[in-house]
Amino acid sequence: MSVVQDIDYLAVAPPLVVALVAVAVVVVDALLPAARRAVTGWLALGGLVVAGALLVPLAGDRRETFCVGGGGLVLPSCSYVVEDLTLVFQALVVAGAAVVVLLSIDTVRDDRLPSGEYFFLLLASVTGALTLAAARDLLTLVVALEVVSLPAFALVALRRDDPRAGEAALKLFLVSVVSTAVMLFGLSLVYGVTGHVHLDRIATALDVPGDRTAVLVLGVTLALAGFGFKVAAVPFHFWAPDVYQGAAVPVAAFLSVVSKAAGFVGLAVLLTEGFAPYADVWGPTIAVVAALTMTVGNLAALRQRHAVRLLAWSSVAQSGYMLVPLGAATVGEVDAVLPATVAYVLAYGVMNLGAFSIVTLVGRHRPANDLEDYRGLARTEPLSAFALAFSLACLAGLPPGLLGLFAKVVVFQAPVDSGAGWLALVMAVNVVVGLFYYLAWAALIYARPAGDPAQGPPSYRISWSDGVAIGMTLGAAVLLSVLPDTILRFG
Amino acid sequence: MTDLLLPLLLALPAAGALGLLVAPPRRAERLAVRFGLAVTTATFAVAGWAVAADAATDVEWVPTLGLRLHLGVDGVSSPLLLLTCGLTALCTAYLLRVRPEAGRLRALVGLILLLEVGMVGTFVALDLLLFFVFFEVVLVPMWFVIAQWGDDSVPGDRRRAANLFILYTLLGSVVMLVGILLVGSQAGTFDMVELADRQGADMSRGIQVLAFLALGLGFAVKTPMWPLHTWLPDAHTAAPTVGSVLLAGVLLKMGTYGFVRVALPVAPEGAEVVAPFLGALAVVGIVYGSLACLAQTDLKRLIAFSSVSHMGFVLLGISTLTPVGVNGALYANIAHGLITGLLFFLVGAIKDRHHTASIAVLGGGLYERMPRLGGLLAFAAVASLGLPGLAGFWGEMLVLLGAFDPATELNRPYYLVLMALAGLGVVLTTTYFASMLRRVAQGTSYQAWRDAVLMRDASRFELLVWAPVVALVLVLGLWPGWLLDASDPVVQTLLSAQRVIVG
Repeated sequence: MSVVQDIDYLAVAPPLVVALVAVAVVVVDALLPAARRAVTGWLALGGLVVAGALLVPLAGDRRETFCVGGGGLVLPSCSYVVEDLTLVFQALVVAGAAVVVLLSIDTVRDDRLPSGEYFFLLLASVTGALTLAAARDLLTLVVALEVVSLPAFALVALRRDDPRAGEAALKLFLVSVVSTAVMLFGLSLVYGVTGHVHLDRIATALDVPGDRTAVLVLGVTLALAGFGFKVAAVPFHFWAPDVYQGAAVPVAAFLSVVSKAAGFVGLAVLLTEGFAPYADVWGPTIAVVAALTMTVGNLAALRQRHAVRLLAWSSVAQSGYMLVPLGAATVGEVDAVLPATVAYVLAYGVMNLGAFSIVTLVGRHRPANDLEDYRGLARTEPLSAFALAFSLACLAGLPPGLLGLFAKVVVFQAPVDSGAGWLALVMAVNVVVGLFYYLAWAALIYARPAGDPAQGPPSYRISWSDGVAIGMTLGAAVLLSVLPDTILRFG
Repeated sequence: MTDLLLPLLLALPAAGALGLLVAPPRRAERLAVRFGLAVTTATFAVAGWAVAADAATDVEWVPTLGLRLHLGVDGVSSPLLLLTCGLTALCTAYLLRVRPEAGRLRALVGLILLLEVGMVGTFVALDLLLFFVFFEVVLVPMWFVIAQWGDDSVPGDRRRAANLFILYTLLGSVVMLVGILLVGSQAGTFDMVELADRQGADMSRGIQVLAFLALGLGFAVKTPMWPLHTWLPDAHTAAPTVGSVLLAGVLLKMGTYGFVRVALPVAPEGAEVVAPFLGALAVVGIVYGSLACLAQTDLKRLIAFSSVSHMGFVLLGISTLTPVGVNGALYANIAHGLITGLLFFLVGAIKDRHHTASIAVLGGGLYERMPRLGGLLAFAAVASLGLPGLAGFWGEMLVLLGAFDPATELNRPYYLVLMALAGLGVVLTTTYFASMLRRVAQGTSYQAWRDAVLMRDASRFELLVWAPVVALVLVLGLWPGWLLDASDPVVQTLLSAQRVIVG
C-alpha cells in the first residue's frame, strides 16, 4: 500500500481556496498602507465567489478522498466526502459568508476594526465550516468544528473599545471549551469501544443488536454536547444573547447562520451516518433538548427590547425547531428525517440573514438598536422595512412568509410520521408564542413614527455593499417562497 | 381557459395588493380606494365566471411535500366564494365615502385585498396543505386591520383584541396542521377530492378520532365554538366596520366550511365519535351566546355574541351528520354572513355618527331620528332572529330538522334534547333582538342627539352599498331551493360514508 495518497483536489478545492485567500488577506493587509486596507474585504468576497463557483462542477456525483483500507470487496472508508448534503451546506456557508462579508465592509470601516485580522478570522472560520460539511470521521469532525469556533472567539473580541465584547468573547470561549471537552470525552469512549474513527465503520460496529454497553450509550450522549454548543441548544445556549450583542452585528449574523449551519451539518452527519443504530438513544434525548430549546428561546425572546438580543433568543428557538426532525428519528428510519433538517437550516439561513442585514443597516444609524428605533421605518425606508417584515414573517412561519411556513410544515411532518405527537404539539404552542414577538416587531415597523411626523426617522443612504446583501437575502427569501421545492428536496 | 380562471381569481387581489405596496405613496393614497374597488369588482366578476364555468385547476407546486395547486368550485364552495367576493367589493365601495378616522387608505385597501386572497383561496383549495396555507393568509392582514384601524377609545384595547384574535386562531390552525399532516402520512395524499372519495378508508378508528379532533380544533376556534369563542367579541368590537363585516361575514365561515369540506369526509368515523360532543358544545354556544346578548351594553358586542349563538346552529347542523343538517348548516352559514355583515355595516354607521356604540348612551329614538337606518336595523334584526320569509329562517329550521332525525349511528333522544335546547335559543334570540330594538330604535331621542348638526340618516350612497345584501336576504328567504339545489348533491357525496352505513 502506498504511503502517499492521491488527493482529489477538485473535491477539496472550496475550503482550500478560502484558506488560501484567508492567508492572502493577511499578507495584503500587511503590505498596503492603512488607508487602502478596505480592499481586503473585497478580496475576501472574491475568494468566496471563487469557492462558490468551484461548487458547481462538483454537483451531481459523489466524490471521496483521504480514504483508507478497502481492496477486494471491502469499500474504503473516507474522511472527506462530497455528496449532495455536503454541497448544499457548503453553498449555504459560502453564500451566507458572502452576505456577512458584504455587511462587514461598512462595519469594519465605521467601527475602525482591523480589517486584515477581521476578514482573515472570518475566512478561517468559513474554512472550518466548509470542511465540517464534508468530514466523515471523528477527528476531521472535531478539528473542523474547532476551526469554526476558535476564530469566532477572536472575531467577537475584535471590538476592543467595547468592554462587552471582551466579556462576550470570554463567555463564548468558556462555554465552548467545556462543551468540547465533554464531546471529546464522549467521542473517545466511542472510539475506545469500537476502535474506529470513520463514521461508516462506527455505524457497522454499533449495529450489533442486543450487544449494547452503557459505555457506548454514555459516549453517544456526551458526543452531542459539542454540537449542542455550536447550535446554541439548551443547556449550552446562554452564551448566545450576550455574545450576539457584544459582537459587531455582522459577526452575530455569522454566528447565528454560518457557524450554526456548520454545527447542524456536523450533528446531522454524526448522528445519521455514525450513530444511526443508536437512534433510540439519541433520538429521545434530542427530542427533549429540542422541546426545551424552543420553549426557553421563545419565552426569553418575548421579553427582549433590543433587536440583536431578540434575534439571538429567536435563533435559539429556531435551533429547537431544527432539532425536531432529528429528535423524531427512529432506528432504521434515520435517513428519512435528514431532508427536513436540511430544509429548515437552509430556510433559516436565508430568513435570519435577511433580518440581520436590516438590523445591521439600522444599527449603523441607531447604535442603540432598540426595537423602538424601528418605529415607523416603513415611512422612510419602505424597501428595507419590507425586507425586514418579510424576514420576520418567514421566521414566524406565517404567510406572506411562505418560505418559513413550508419549512415548518416539513419539520412538523417528521414527528407526526414517527408518532412523536407530543413534540409536534410542543412545537405548535411554540410557533404561537414566537408569532407574538415577531408580529410586535413588524407592527412597530409599520406603526406611525413617534413625535413630530415631519421629522420622523431619517432616511438612510444605503451603501452598495449593504444594498447587495439586502437584495441577495430578500431575493432568495421571495424566490424560495414561490419555489420552495428548491430547498426541500435535499438530504 | 377555464383552468386559468381560479389562479386569476387569486392573482388579481394579490397583484392589486402588491401594486399598492410599490406605488408612489402620495398618489396611491388618493387613488387607493377607487383602485381597490376596481380590483375587487373584477375579482367578483371572475368569481362569477369561474362558478358559471365550473372552473378547476390542478398543477404541481411543491412535489416534495405533495402539495398541488389544486383548485375547484362546487355547490358548497361557490356560494361562499361569491359571498366573499361580493362582501369584499362592497367593503371597498363603502370606503369610497365612509373613511376610517385613522386614514392610511392605501395600507387598509392593500390589507383587504390580501385578506381576499386568503378567503378566496380557502374556499377554492382542494389540497389540504394548500387549504392550510390560505387559512393562514388571512391572519396577519386581519391583525393589522384590527390593531391599526380599530376602535381605540380605551387605549391598548384594539391591540389586545388583535393579539387575542391571532394567537387563538394560530394555535388552532397549527394544531390543525398537525391533523392535516397526520391525515397525509396515513392516507399518503393531501388531495381533498381523493380523501373524500376514500372516506377515511386508510385510517383506523383511533387515528380518525385524533385527526378529527386536531382538524376540528382549528375550525372550532375560527367558527368559533363555545368555549373557544372568547377572542371573538373583543375582535368584533374593536375592529373597524369593514373589518367586522369581513370577520363576521367571511372569516368565521372558513371554520364551518372546514368542518364540512375537510373534517367530515376525511375522518367520518372520527366524526361519528366526536359529533355528540360537538353538538353539545354547539347548543351551549347557542344558549350562552343569546344569554350573553341579553346582558350586553354595547351594540357591536351584542352583534358579536349573536354570532356565537348563530354559529352554534351551524355547528349543531354539522354534528347531526345528515344531509339535511349539513345543508341547513351551510344555508345558515351564508345567511349569517349576509345578515351579520349587514348588521355590522349598520351598527358601524350608527357608531360613526354617534362616536359610541353603547346602548345606554345612544338611548332610544333611532326610528324618529334616522328612519332609514332604524328601519334597516329592524329588518336585519328580524332577519337574524329567523323570521320566515327571510334568509335566517331556512338554515336554522333545517338544522333543527336535522337534529330531530340525526344519523342512525347517533343517539336520537340525545339529539332531541339538543334540538329542544336549540329551540330555546331561538326564543332567546327573539328576546334579545326585540329588546335591542326597543332600547335603541323605539322611543324618543336624547336632546343631545337631536341638537347634533351632523346627525344624518343613511345617505343614498350607503343605501346603494347595502342594497345588494338586503336584496339577497330577501331572495334567499323566498327561494331557498336556489341554494339548496346547489349544495345538496355535494353534501351527499361528502357524507357518503354515513349513507353507506345507513344503507
